[in-house]
Amino acid sequence: MSRLTLKTEGDKCIVVTRRFAARPEAVYRAHTDPTLVQKWLLGPEGWTMPVCICEAMPKGKIRYEWANEKGGGFYLTGEFIELTPYRRIVHVERMHLPDVTPDNHVETSFEPDGTGTLMTVRMTLPDVETRTRMLSTGMERGMEASYVRFEHMI
Amino acid sequence: MLDLDTAFSALSDPTRRAILGRLALGEQTVMELAQPFDISQPAISKHLRVLESAGLIARRVEGAKRPCRLAKGGVEAIDQWLAMLRKALVSNYDRLDAVLADMKPPRGRRKR
Repeated sequence: MSRLTLKTEGDKCIVVTRRFAARPEAVYRAHTDPTLVQKWLLGPEGWTMPVCICEAMPKGKIRYEWANEKGGGFYLTGEFIELTPYRRIVHVERMHLPDVTPDNHVETSFEPDGTGTLMTVRMTLPDVETRTRMLSTGMERGMEASYVRFEHMI
Repeated sequence: MLDLDTAFSALSDPTRRAILGRLALGEQTVMELAQPFDISQPAISKHLRVLESAGLIARRVEGAKRPCRLAKGGVEAIDQWLAMLRKALVSNYDRLDAVLADMKPPRGRRKR
């Protein structure tokens, strides 16, 4: 039930699907309520999100800051573009590593699926330079830091 | 050096993916590669050029032949990148499952 699929679509998109055992209303809320986002958008063990700004309205701001016990940290900024309550979120985001990555356009949709939800996330691939940098960073630092970074592309 | 943009673009074509699948079994010449496909050798050669410029395959010269093989690191780099993304998403959404289980039903659900 909780299987995740991840596919490339053409040469510009990655499409991720995932089912949840909760209704679209709840899954949507978990993506738009900062106190909920803070609980799960964390990557590997050891990271927290001390700052979570998530203004779920058109032109609303997004700012997620992550920190670990070793004093590491980085952040993401973005803006909401379009929200259809419980159905669809379109936003743009970029990482600050600290160098800023190009904008990533993300469309997230929530469809009723029995008593649960089928979520589809369609994201644009970051450009080659960003991907190569992420990849090489991952190799140098034994992946951990990169897992955190990658996940925030959603 | 592998260019991921070009590589993803190269992989968007089903014939090219099939060629890579065949090369995963070992080195092959253009003629051998063309055999199972219903397309001409020049067309296969064109696909091979795309795959080569994307850093996904390598070719060597052996007399008049130019056998192809998978380039070391080419396909792996893409797989690795996607695997890292997948792993991050899996761990996030597993955590989200727990968050959802803890959430109280939305207030609006109560019948009036």
